[in-house]
Amino acid sequence: MRNTCEHCCTKIDNLRVELGANIILDNVNLHVDCGEVIGVVGPNGAGKTTLLRTILGEIPYQGNIAFRISGSPAKKPKIGYVPQKLQFDLSSPISVTDLVASAISRKPIWAGVGKGLSEKVKGVLSLFSAEHLLKRRIGELSGGELQRMLLAIAMTSEPELLLLDEPASGVDVKGLSLFYRIVDDLRKKHDIAVILVTHDLAGVSCYVNRLILLNRSVIAEGVPQDVLSNEKLVKAFGPTLWNISCLPNSISKEDNNGNH
Amino acid sequence: MAIIEVWYRLINLLPFSWSHYVFMKNALLAVLLVTPCFALLGTMVVNNRMAFFTDVLGHSALTGIAIGVILGIQDPTFPMIVLAVFLAVAINLLKDRTKASIDTVLGVLFAFIVALGIVILSRQGGFVKYTSYLIGDILAVSPQQIIWFFTITIVVLGYWYMAGNALILTSVNPSLARSRRVNTFLIETSFTIFLALVVIVSIRLVGILIINSLLVLPAAASRNFARNMHSYTLGAVIISIFSGITGLVVSYYWGTASGATIVLFAAALYGISALSGRWLIK
Repeated sequence: MRNTCEHCCTKIDNLRVELGANIILDNVNLHVDCGEVIGVVGPNGAGKTTLLRTILGEIPYQGNIAFRISGSPAKKPKIGYVPQKLQFDLSSPISVTDLVASAISRKPIWAGVGKGLSEKVKGVLSLFSAEHLLKRRIGELSGGELQRMLLAIAMTSEPELLLLDEPASGVDVKGLSLFYRIVDDLRKKHDIAVILVTHDLAGVSCYVNRLILLNRSVIAEGVPQDVLSNEKLVKAFGPTLWNISCLPNSISKEDNNGNH
Repeated sequence: MAIIEVWYRLINLLPFSWSHYVFMKNALLAVLLVTPCFALLGTMVVNNRMAFFTDVLGHSALTGIAIGVILGIQDPTFPMIVLAVFLAVAINLLKDRTKASIDTVLGVLFAFIVALGIVILSRQGGFVKYTSYLIGDILAVSPQQIIWFFTITIVVLGYWYMAGNALILTSVNPSLARSRRVNTFLIETSFTIFLALVVIVSIRLVGILIINSLLVLPAAASRNFARNMHSYTLGAVIISIFSGITGLVVSYYWGTASGATIVLFAAALYGISALSGRWLIK
Protein backbone atom coordinates (compact mmCIF):
# COMPACT_ATOMS: atom_id res chain seq x y z
CA MET A 1 0.00 0.00 0.00
CA ARG A 2 1.51 3.30 -1.10
CA ASN A 3 1.40 5.82 1.65
CA THR A 4 3.91 8.44 0.71
CA CYS A 5 3.37 12.03 -0.07
CA GLU A 6 5.52 13.54 -2.76
CA HIS A 7 5.81 17.21 -3.68
CA CYS A 8 2.18 18.10 -3.04
CA CYS A 9 -0.72 16.14 -1.62
CA THR A 10 -3.62 15.94 0.78
CA LYS A 11 -2.96 13.43 3.53
CA ILE A 12 -5.44 11.82 5.88
CA ASP A 13 -3.93 10.07 8.91
CA ASN A 14 -5.63 7.84 11.46
CA LEU A 15 -9.03 9.28 10.82
CA ARG A 16 -11.69 8.12 13.26
CA VAL A 17 -15.30 9.28 13.32
CA GLU A 18 -17.82 8.25 15.96
CA LEU A 19 -21.50 9.06 15.84
CA GLY A 20 -23.05 8.24 19.19
CA ALA A 21 -22.00 4.69 20.02
CA ASN A 22 -21.24 3.82 16.38
CA ILE A 23 -17.79 3.98 14.89
CA ILE A 24 -18.38 5.09 11.30
CA LEU A 25 -14.77 5.44 10.24
CA ASP A 26 -11.76 3.94 11.95
CA ASN A 27 -8.06 4.15 11.20
CA VAL A 28 -8.53 5.60 7.74
CA ASN A 29 -5.23 6.52 6.12
CA LEU A 30 -5.11 7.80 2.62
CA HIS A 31 -3.45 10.42 0.56
CA VAL A 32 -4.22 12.05 -2.75
CA ASP A 33 -1.39 13.53 -4.77
CA CYS A 34 -1.99 16.77 -6.56
CA GLY A 35 -3.04 15.96 -10.09
CA GLU A 36 -4.46 12.61 -9.07
CA VAL A 37 -8.04 11.36 -9.12
CA ILE A 38 -8.92 8.70 -6.59
CA GLY A 39 -12.21 6.88 -6.55
CA VAL A 40 -13.68 5.82 -3.22
CA VAL A 41 -16.04 2.88 -3.49
CA GLY A 42 -17.69 0.73 -0.88
CA PRO A 43 -21.00 -0.86 0.06
CA ASN A 44 -23.90 1.16 1.47
CA GLY A 45 -23.16 2.35 4.99
CA ALA A 46 -19.40 1.97 4.46
CA GLY A 47 -18.82 5.57 5.53
CA LYS A 48 -18.21 7.12 2.10
CA THR A 49 -20.45 10.13 2.61
CA THR A 50 -19.22 10.49 6.18
CA LEU A 51 -15.66 10.61 4.83
CA LEU A 52 -16.58 13.48 2.51
CA ARG A 53 -18.47 15.36 5.19
CA THR A 54 -15.54 14.90 7.58
CA ILE A 55 -13.10 16.31 5.04
CA LEU A 56 -15.53 19.19 4.52
CA GLY A 57 -15.28 19.88 8.25
CA GLU A 58 -18.92 19.15 9.03
CA ILE A 59 -18.35 16.23 11.39
CA PRO A 60 -15.99 16.17 14.38
CA TYR A 61 -13.16 13.65 13.99
CA GLN A 62 -9.98 12.34 15.52
CA GLY A 63 -6.85 12.14 13.41
CA ASN A 64 -5.37 14.50 10.91
CA ILE A 65 -6.35 15.95 7.55
CA ALA A 66 -3.70 18.18 6.00
CA PHE A 67 -2.62 19.63 2.72
CA ARG A 68 1.13 19.50 2.26
CA ILE A 69 3.22 21.16 -0.37
CA SER A 70 6.99 20.81 -0.28
CA GLY A 71 8.62 23.77 1.38
CA SER A 72 5.48 24.96 3.19
CA PRO A 73 3.97 23.95 6.53
CA ALA A 74 0.97 21.61 6.44
CA LYS A 75 -2.42 23.29 6.41
CA LYS A 76 -6.08 22.57 5.84
CA PRO A 77 -6.75 22.06 2.13
CA LYS A 78 -8.89 24.54 0.24
CA ILE A 79 -11.85 22.44 -0.79
CA GLY A 80 -14.17 22.52 -3.76
CA TYR A 81 -17.30 20.44 -3.25
CA VAL A 82 -19.75 19.04 -5.76
CA PRO A 83 -22.78 17.73 -3.86
CA GLN A 84 -24.66 14.63 -4.91
CA LYS A 85 -28.00 16.28 -5.12
CA LEU A 86 -29.59 19.59 -4.36
CA GLN A 87 -32.53 19.55 -2.02
CA PHE A 88 -34.26 22.56 -3.49
CA ASP A 89 -37.84 22.75 -4.58
CA LEU A 90 -37.79 22.08 -8.34
CA SER A 91 -40.10 25.01 -9.05
CA SER A 92 -37.84 27.50 -7.22
CA PRO A 93 -37.22 30.53 -9.42
CA ILE A 94 -33.44 30.28 -8.99
CA SER A 95 -31.63 30.57 -12.30
CA VAL A 96 -28.21 29.13 -13.07
CA THR A 97 -26.87 32.69 -13.14
CA ASP A 98 -28.40 33.28 -9.70
CA LEU A 99 -26.75 30.27 -8.11
CA VAL A 100 -23.32 30.81 -9.65
CA ALA A 101 -23.43 34.54 -8.90
CA SER A 102 -24.47 34.00 -5.30
CA ALA A 103 -21.52 31.63 -4.87
CA ILE A 104 -18.89 33.92 -6.37
CA SER A 105 -20.11 37.37 -5.34
CA ARG A 106 -21.34 39.17 -2.28
CA LYS A 107 -23.53 41.52 -4.28
CA PRO A 108 -27.10 40.52 -3.47
CA ILE A 109 -28.50 38.85 -6.59
CA TRP A 110 -32.13 39.49 -5.61
CA ALA A 111 -31.42 43.13 -6.38
CA GLY A 112 -30.38 42.09 -9.89
CA VAL A 113 -27.24 40.67 -11.47
CA GLY A 114 -25.26 43.50 -13.05
CA LYS A 115 -23.48 43.30 -16.39
CA GLY A 116 -20.02 42.79 -14.93
CA LEU A 117 -21.08 39.95 -12.68
CA SER A 118 -23.18 38.43 -15.44
CA GLU A 119 -20.11 38.35 -17.73
CA LYS A 120 -18.08 36.77 -14.96
CA VAL A 121 -20.69 34.05 -14.48
CA LYS A 122 -20.71 33.41 -18.21
CA GLY A 123 -16.94 33.08 -18.16
CA VAL A 124 -17.08 30.57 -15.33
CA LEU A 125 -19.70 28.43 -17.07
CA SER A 126 -18.09 28.55 -20.49
CA LEU A 127 -15.12 26.61 -19.13
CA PHE A 128 -17.50 23.73 -18.48
CA SER A 129 -19.56 23.72 -21.69
CA ALA A 130 -22.45 25.20 -19.73
CA GLU A 131 -22.78 28.83 -20.81
CA HIS A 132 -26.01 28.06 -22.68
CA LEU A 133 -27.64 27.26 -19.32
CA LEU A 134 -27.29 30.79 -17.90
CA LYS A 135 -30.96 31.71 -17.94
CA ARG A 136 -32.40 28.31 -17.16
CA ARG A 137 -33.91 27.63 -13.77
CA ILE A 138 -31.81 25.11 -11.85
CA GLY A 139 -34.90 22.91 -11.53
CA GLU A 140 -34.98 22.55 -15.33
CA LEU A 141 -31.44 21.19 -15.68
CA SER A 142 -30.69 17.57 -16.51
CA GLY A 143 -28.53 15.60 -14.09
CA GLY A 144 -25.42 16.13 -16.23
CA GLU A 145 -26.01 19.87 -16.65
CA LEU A 146 -26.53 20.26 -12.92
CA GLN A 147 -23.25 18.44 -12.24
CA ARG A 148 -21.35 20.67 -14.66
CA MET A 149 -22.80 23.80 -13.09
CA LEU A 150 -21.88 22.58 -9.61
CA LEU A 151 -18.40 21.69 -10.80
CA ALA A 152 -18.04 25.16 -12.29
CA ILE A 153 -19.03 26.67 -8.94
CA ALA A 154 -16.64 24.40 -7.03
CA MET A 155 -13.71 25.37 -9.27
CA THR A 156 -14.18 29.12 -8.80
CA SER A 157 -12.66 28.91 -5.32
CA GLU A 158 -9.45 27.50 -6.89
CA PRO A 159 -9.50 24.45 -4.65
CA GLU A 160 -6.53 22.27 -3.78
CA LEU A 161 -8.81 19.32 -3.20
CA LEU A 162 -11.96 18.62 -5.17
CA LEU A 163 -14.64 16.41 -3.60
CA LEU A 164 -17.19 14.79 -5.89
CA ASP A 165 -20.14 13.07 -4.22
CA GLU A 166 -21.78 10.40 -6.39
CA PRO A 167 -21.48 12.26 -9.68
CA ALA A 168 -23.01 9.29 -11.52
CA SER A 169 -26.38 9.42 -9.81
CA GLY A 170 -29.10 10.77 -12.07
CA VAL A 171 -26.71 11.42 -14.97
CA ASP A 172 -26.97 9.64 -18.32
CA VAL A 173 -23.96 7.89 -19.86
CA LYS A 174 -23.15 10.68 -22.28
CA GLY A 175 -23.39 13.37 -19.59
CA LEU A 176 -21.28 11.31 -17.22
CA SER A 177 -18.56 10.69 -19.76
CA LEU A 178 -18.41 14.46 -20.48
CA PHE A 179 -18.29 15.14 -16.74
CA TYR A 180 -15.42 12.70 -16.16
CA ARG A 181 -13.52 14.13 -19.15
CA ILE A 182 -13.84 17.64 -17.70
CA VAL A 183 -12.64 16.42 -14.29
CA ASP A 184 -9.69 14.71 -15.95
CA ASP A 185 -8.88 17.91 -17.79
CA LEU A 186 -9.03 19.91 -14.56
CA ARG A 187 -6.70 17.60 -12.74
CA LYS A 188 -4.14 17.88 -15.51
CA LYS A 189 -4.43 21.63 -16.06
CA HIS A 190 -4.67 22.75 -12.45
CA ASP A 191 -2.71 19.92 -10.81
CA ILE A 192 -5.67 19.45 -8.52
CA ALA A 193 -6.32 16.47 -6.25
CA VAL A 194 -9.73 14.85 -6.68
CA ILE A 195 -11.63 12.46 -4.41
CA LEU A 196 -14.59 10.90 -6.15
CA VAL A 197 -17.08 8.91 -4.09
CA THR A 198 -19.29 6.62 -6.12
CA HIS A 199 -21.41 3.51 -6.48
CA ASP A 200 -20.63 3.37 -10.16
CA LEU A 201 -17.76 0.91 -9.84
CA ALA A 202 -17.25 -0.15 -13.41
CA GLY A 203 -17.78 3.31 -14.88
CA VAL A 204 -15.44 5.12 -12.55
CA SER A 205 -12.56 2.71 -13.00
CA CYS A 206 -11.75 4.18 -16.37
CA TYR A 207 -11.36 7.67 -15.02
CA VAL A 208 -9.43 7.32 -11.77
CA ASN A 209 -5.74 6.83 -11.07
CA ARG A 210 -6.38 4.81 -7.96
CA LEU A 211 -9.35 3.12 -6.43
CA ILE A 212 -9.97 2.88 -2.68
CA LEU A 213 -12.29 0.26 -1.26
CA LEU A 214 -13.73 1.70 1.94
CA ASN A 215 -15.67 -0.16 4.56
CA ARG A 216 -15.16 1.68 7.85
CA SER A 217 -11.46 1.72 7.00
CA VAL A 218 -9.46 1.30 3.82
CA ILE A 219 -9.88 -2.36 2.81
CA ALA A 220 -8.03 -2.28 -0.48
CA GLU A 221 -6.20 0.33 -2.50
CA GLY A 222 -4.45 0.40 -5.85
CA VAL A 223 -4.93 0.76 -9.57
CA PRO A 224 -8.55 0.00 -10.55
CA GLN A 225 -7.87 -3.33 -12.24
CA ASP A 226 -6.15 -4.72 -9.12
CA VAL A 227 -8.78 -3.46 -6.70
CA LEU A 228 -11.64 -4.67 -8.82
CA SER A 229 -10.27 -8.17 -8.84
CA ASN A 230 -9.68 -8.03 -5.09
CA GLU A 231 -11.53 -10.79 -3.30
CA LYS A 232 -12.55 -8.46 -0.48
CA LEU A 233 -14.34 -6.29 -3.01
CA VAL A 234 -16.13 -9.27 -4.42
CA LYS A 235 -17.12 -10.06 -0.84
CA ALA A 236 -18.33 -6.51 -0.21
CA PHE A 237 -20.31 -6.11 -3.40
CA GLY A 238 -21.17 -9.70 -4.20
CA PRO A 239 -19.78 -11.69 -7.11
CA THR A 240 -20.26 -9.53 -10.17
CA LEU A 241 -18.46 -9.56 -13.44
CA TRP A 242 -16.66 -6.29 -13.97
CA ASN A 243 -16.38 -5.52 -17.58
CA ILE A 244 -13.73 -2.88 -17.88
CA SER A 245 -13.68 -1.64 -21.40
CA CYS A 246 -12.70 1.98 -21.09
CA LEU A 247 -13.49 4.56 -23.74
CA PRO A 248 -10.60 6.08 -25.70
CA ASN A 249 -10.61 9.27 -23.63
CA SER A 250 -10.34 7.55 -20.26
CA ILE A 251 -7.58 8.42 -17.88
CA SER A 252 -5.42 5.38 -18.67
CA LYS A 253 -4.78 6.82 -22.10
CA GLU A 254 -2.60 9.70 -20.99
CA ASP A 255 -1.79 10.66 -24.57
CA ASN A 256 -5.34 11.85 -25.03
CA ASN A 257 -4.97 15.33 -26.47
CA GLY A 258 -7.98 16.87 -24.66
CA ASN A 259 -10.37 17.79 -27.44
CA HIS A 260 -12.25 20.60 -25.68
CA MET B 1 -41.63 62.59 13.84
CA ALA B 2 -40.96 65.35 11.32
CA ILE B 3 -41.06 62.73 8.57
CA ILE B 4 -44.51 61.64 9.68
CA GLU B 5 -45.70 65.29 9.52
CA VAL B 6 -44.43 65.53 5.96
CA TRP B 7 -46.23 62.29 5.16
CA TYR B 8 -49.50 63.64 6.58
CA ARG B 9 -49.28 66.71 4.38
CA LEU B 10 -48.50 64.64 1.30
CA ILE B 11 -51.50 62.39 1.82
CA ASN B 12 -53.72 65.45 2.45
CA LEU B 13 -53.10 66.39 -1.17
CA LEU B 14 -54.95 63.27 -2.34
CA PRO B 15 -58.55 63.92 -3.46
CA PHE B 16 -60.13 61.05 -1.47
CA SER B 17 -62.40 61.09 1.54
CA TRP B 18 -60.21 58.57 3.41
CA SER B 19 -57.03 60.57 2.89
CA HIS B 20 -58.09 63.19 5.45
CA TYR B 21 -58.24 60.81 8.39
CA VAL B 22 -55.11 60.54 10.52
CA PHE B 23 -55.75 56.86 11.23
CA MET B 24 -55.78 56.12 7.48
CA LYS B 25 -52.58 58.08 6.94
CA ASN B 26 -50.89 56.13 9.72
CA ALA B 27 -52.25 52.85 8.45
CA LEU B 28 -51.09 53.53 4.90
CA LEU B 29 -47.59 54.35 6.08
CA ALA B 30 -47.50 51.19 8.21
CA VAL B 31 -48.63 49.13 5.22
CA LEU B 32 -45.95 50.66 2.98
CA LEU B 33 -43.28 49.80 5.55
CA VAL B 34 -44.39 46.31 6.49
CA THR B 35 -45.48 44.81 3.15
CA PRO B 36 -42.03 44.92 1.46
CA CYS B 37 -40.52 43.21 4.54
CA PHE B 38 -43.08 40.45 4.35
CA ALA B 39 -42.48 40.05 0.62
CA LEU B 40 -38.70 39.73 1.02
CA LEU B 41 -38.83 37.25 3.88
CA GLY B 42 -41.68 35.43 2.15
CA THR B 43 -39.59 34.64 -0.94
CA MET B 44 -37.31 32.49 1.21
CA VAL B 45 -40.16 31.07 3.30
CA VAL B 46 -41.76 29.74 0.13
CA ASN B 47 -38.46 28.56 -1.41
CA ASN B 48 -37.61 26.66 1.78
CA ARG B 49 -41.15 25.33 2.30
CA MET B 50 -41.40 26.98 5.70
CA ALA B 51 -45.02 28.12 5.50
CA PHE B 52 -46.14 25.84 8.32
CA PHE B 53 -43.18 26.92 10.44
CA THR B 54 -44.09 30.61 10.16
CA ASP B 55 -47.73 29.77 10.89
CA VAL B 56 -46.62 28.21 14.18
CA LEU B 57 -44.59 31.35 14.96
CA GLY B 58 -47.63 33.56 14.31
CA HIS B 59 -49.91 31.44 16.46
CA SER B 60 -47.37 31.36 19.29
CA ALA B 61 -48.43 34.98 19.85
CA LEU B 62 -51.45 33.64 21.77
CA THR B 63 -49.21 32.01 24.34
CA GLY B 64 -46.94 35.05 24.31
CA ILE B 65 -49.89 37.23 25.30
CA ALA B 66 -50.84 34.68 27.96
CA ILE B 67 -47.34 34.77 29.46
CA GLY B 68 -47.61 38.55 29.52
CA VAL B 69 -50.90 38.29 31.41
CA ILE B 70 -49.43 35.89 33.96
CA LEU B 71 -46.44 38.17 34.51
CA GLY B 72 -48.76 41.14 34.79
CA ILE B 73 -47.18 43.01 31.85
CA GLN B 74 -49.40 45.65 30.20
CA ASP B 75 -47.94 45.45 26.69
CA PRO B 76 -47.42 41.77 25.74
CA THR B 77 -45.14 42.56 22.77
CA PHE B 78 -41.98 41.67 24.69
CA PRO B 79 -43.07 38.20 25.93
CA MET B 80 -44.54 37.52 22.48
CA ILE B 81 -41.22 38.27 20.80
CA VAL B 82 -39.19 36.30 23.35
CA LEU B 83 -41.41 33.23 22.97
CA ALA B 84 -41.49 33.37 19.16
CA VAL B 85 -37.71 33.83 18.90
CA PHE B 86 -37.19 30.98 21.37
CA LEU B 87 -39.50 28.71 19.34
CA ALA B 88 -37.86 29.71 16.05
CA VAL B 89 -34.38 28.89 17.31
CA ALA B 90 -35.53 25.69 19.05
CA ILE B 91 -37.31 24.35 15.95
CA ASN B 92 -34.30 25.21 13.83
CA LEU B 93 -32.02 23.26 16.19
CA LEU B 94 -34.47 20.38 16.42
CA LYS B 95 -35.15 19.88 12.74
CA ASP B 96 -31.80 18.17 12.03
CA ARG B 97 -31.84 16.16 15.22
CA THR B 98 -35.23 14.54 15.22
CA LYS B 99 -36.29 11.39 13.44
CA ALA B 100 -39.93 12.51 13.33
CA SER B 101 -40.94 14.42 10.22
CA ILE B 102 -40.73 18.19 10.66
CA ASP B 103 -44.39 18.43 9.64
CA THR B 104 -45.41 16.25 12.57
CA VAL B 105 -43.22 18.16 15.03
CA LEU B 106 -44.72 21.46 13.87
CA GLY B 107 -48.24 20.05 13.97
CA VAL B 108 -47.82 18.95 17.58
CA LEU B 109 -46.23 22.24 18.55
CA PHE B 110 -48.95 24.22 16.79
CA ALA B 111 -51.73 22.43 18.68
CA PHE B 112 -49.92 22.69 22.00
CA ILE B 113 -49.00 26.36 21.77
CA VAL B 114 -52.48 27.47 20.64
CA ALA B 115 -54.26 25.37 23.25
CA LEU B 116 -51.98 26.60 26.03
CA GLY B 117 -52.57 30.22 25.06
CA ILE B 118 -56.35 29.81 24.88
CA VAL B 119 -56.51 27.94 28.20
CA ILE B 120 -54.62 30.67 30.04
CA LEU B 121 -56.42 33.57 28.36
CA SER B 122 -59.89 32.06 28.76
CA ARG B 123 -59.70 31.74 32.55
CA GLN B 124 -62.92 33.14 34.00
CA GLY B 125 -64.33 33.63 30.52
CA GLY B 126 -61.92 36.44 29.68
CA PHE B 127 -60.92 35.45 26.14
CA VAL B 128 -63.16 38.04 24.47
CA LYS B 129 -60.69 40.75 25.58
CA TYR B 130 -58.07 39.26 23.31
CA THR B 131 -60.03 38.61 20.13
CA SER B 132 -58.62 41.82 18.61
CA TYR B 133 -55.31 39.98 18.35
CA LEU B 134 -56.93 37.37 16.15
CA ILE B 135 -57.94 39.73 13.36
CA GLY B 136 -55.69 42.72 14.07
CA ASP B 137 -56.36 46.40 13.58
CA ILE B 138 -54.18 48.42 11.21
CA LEU B 139 -56.27 51.53 11.80
CA ALA B 140 -55.16 51.66 15.45
CA VAL B 141 -51.48 51.96 14.58
CA SER B 142 -49.74 54.82 16.39
CA PRO B 143 -46.91 57.08 15.18
CA GLN B 144 -44.65 55.45 17.82
CA GLN B 145 -45.35 52.04 16.32
CA ILE B 146 -44.63 53.43 12.87
CA ILE B 147 -41.18 54.49 14.04
CA TRP B 148 -40.69 50.89 15.14
CA PHE B 149 -41.81 49.55 11.79
CA PHE B 150 -39.51 51.98 10.06
CA THR B 151 -36.54 50.75 12.11
CA ILE B 152 -37.39 47.10 11.50
CA THR B 153 -37.81 47.65 7.76
CA ILE B 154 -34.38 49.27 7.55
CA VAL B 155 -32.81 46.42 9.55
CA VAL B 156 -34.51 43.72 7.43
CA LEU B 157 -33.42 45.44 4.20
CA GLY B 158 -29.85 45.62 5.50
CA TYR B 159 -29.96 41.98 6.53
CA TRP B 160 -31.37 40.94 3.17
CA TYR B 161 -28.69 42.93 1.38
CA MET B 162 -25.89 41.25 3.32
CA ALA B 163 -27.26 37.73 3.76
CA GLY B 164 -29.32 37.27 0.57
CA ASN B 165 -26.78 35.24 -1.38
CA ALA B 166 -25.84 33.10 1.61
CA LEU B 167 -29.53 32.34 2.18
CA ILE B 168 -29.92 31.16 -1.41
CA LEU B 169 -26.83 28.94 -1.26
CA THR B 170 -27.92 27.47 2.09
CA SER B 171 -31.42 26.78 0.81
CA VAL B 172 -30.05 24.93 -2.21
CA ASN B 173 -27.49 22.82 -0.34
CA PRO B 174 -26.05 23.54 3.13
CA SER B 175 -22.83 21.59 2.46
CA LEU B 176 -22.26 23.52 -0.73
CA ALA B 177 -22.86 26.74 1.21
CA ARG B 178 -20.39 25.69 3.90
CA SER B 179 -17.79 24.86 1.27
CA ARG B 180 -18.20 28.51 0.16
CA ARG B 181 -17.43 29.66 3.71
CA VAL B 182 -21.02 30.41 4.63
CA ASN B 183 -21.80 29.96 8.31
CA THR B 184 -25.03 28.09 7.63
CA PHE B 185 -26.00 27.85 11.30
CA LEU B 186 -25.74 31.60 11.70
CA ILE B 187 -27.64 32.18 8.45
CA GLU B 188 -30.49 29.80 9.28
CA THR B 189 -30.77 31.02 12.86
CA SER B 190 -30.69 34.71 11.97
CA PHE B 191 -33.31 34.17 9.27
CA THR B 192 -35.71 32.43 11.65
CA ILE B 193 -35.15 35.16 14.26
CA PHE B 194 -36.00 37.86 11.71
CA LEU B 195 -39.10 35.91 10.73
CA ALA B 196 -40.22 35.68 14.35
CA LEU B 197 -39.55 39.36 14.92
CA VAL B 198 -41.38 40.67 11.85
CA VAL B 199 -44.34 38.33 12.27
CA ILE B 200 -44.83 39.18 15.95
CA VAL B 201 -44.37 42.92 15.59
CA SER B 202 -46.97 42.93 12.80
CA ILE B 203 -49.50 40.74 14.62
CA ARG B 204 -51.44 43.77 15.84
CA LEU B 205 -51.86 44.98 12.28
CA VAL B 206 -53.06 41.87 10.55
CA GLY B 207 -53.98 39.45 13.31
CA ILE B 208 -52.84 35.99 14.32
CA LEU B 209 -55.25 34.16 12.02
CA ILE B 210 -54.00 35.49 8.72
CA ILE B 211 -50.55 36.98 9.34
CA ASN B 212 -48.94 33.99 7.65
CA SER B 213 -50.72 34.61 4.37
CA LEU B 214 -48.96 37.98 4.08
CA LEU B 215 -45.66 36.08 4.04
CA VAL B 216 -46.73 33.29 1.73
CA LEU B 217 -49.14 34.81 -0.83
CA PRO B 218 -47.00 37.52 -2.50
CA ALA B 219 -44.05 35.16 -2.94
CA ALA B 220 -46.27 32.29 -4.09
CA ALA B 221 -47.97 34.56 -6.61
CA SER B 222 -44.66 35.92 -7.89
CA ARG B 223 -43.29 32.40 -8.37
CA ASN B 224 -45.93 31.69 -10.96
CA PHE B 225 -44.15 33.83 -13.49
CA ALA B 226 -40.66 34.58 -12.09
CA ARG B 227 -37.67 33.20 -13.98
CA ASN B 228 -34.94 34.25 -11.56
CA MET B 229 -34.45 35.58 -8.04
CA HIS B 230 -34.55 39.20 -9.18
CA SER B 231 -37.94 38.98 -10.90
CA TYR B 232 -39.18 36.75 -8.06
CA THR B 233 -38.26 39.31 -5.39
CA LEU B 234 -39.45 42.29 -7.40
CA GLY B 235 -42.75 40.57 -8.21
CA ALA B 236 -43.35 39.63 -4.58
CA VAL B 237 -42.64 43.18 -3.34
CA ILE B 238 -44.93 44.75 -5.94
CA ILE B 239 -47.75 42.29 -5.28
CA SER B 240 -47.35 42.76 -1.53
CA ILE B 241 -47.41 46.56 -1.64
CA PHE B 242 -50.23 46.61 -4.20
CA SER B 243 -52.50 44.30 -2.22
CA GLY B 244 -51.59 46.21 0.96
CA ILE B 245 -52.68 49.59 -0.41
CA THR B 246 -55.70 48.26 -2.31
CA GLY B 247 -56.89 46.16 0.62
CA LEU B 248 -56.55 49.04 3.07
CA VAL B 249 -58.43 51.54 0.90
CA VAL B 250 -61.15 49.07 -0.08
CA SER B 251 -61.65 48.07 3.57
CA TYR B 252 -62.34 51.74 4.30
CA TYR B 253 -65.21 51.79 1.80
CA TRP B 254 -66.49 48.33 2.65
CA GLY B 255 -66.17 48.86 6.39
CA THR B 256 -64.35 45.56 6.76
CA ALA B 257 -61.29 44.41 8.73
CA SER B 258 -58.27 45.85 6.86
CA GLY B 259 -55.89 42.91 7.44
CA ALA B 260 -58.31 40.37 6.04
CA THR B 261 -59.19 42.60 3.09
CA ILE B 262 -55.49 42.95 2.24
CA VAL B 263 -55.06 39.18 2.38
CA LEU B 264 -58.11 38.73 0.15
CA PHE B 265 -56.50 40.93 -2.51
CA ALA B 266 -53.21 39.07 -2.22
CA ALA B 267 -55.08 35.79 -2.63
CA ALA B 268 -56.89 37.14 -5.69
CA LEU B 269 -53.56 38.16 -7.22
CA TYR B 270 -52.25 34.68 -6.51
CA GLY B 271 -55.22 33.22 -8.34
CA ILE B 272 -54.70 35.48 -11.33
CA SER B 273 -50.96 34.78 -11.48
CA ALA B 274 -51.52 31.03 -11.22
CA LEU B 275 -53.91 31.11 -14.16
CA SER B 276 -51.95 33.54 -16.33
CA GLY B 277 -48.57 32.03 -15.38
CA ARG B 278 -49.61 28.84 -17.16
CA TRP B 279 -50.18 30.71 -20.38
CA LEU B 280 -47.15 32.95 -20.11
CA ILE B 281 -44.61 30.29 -19.21
CA LYS B 282 -44.52 26.95 -20.91
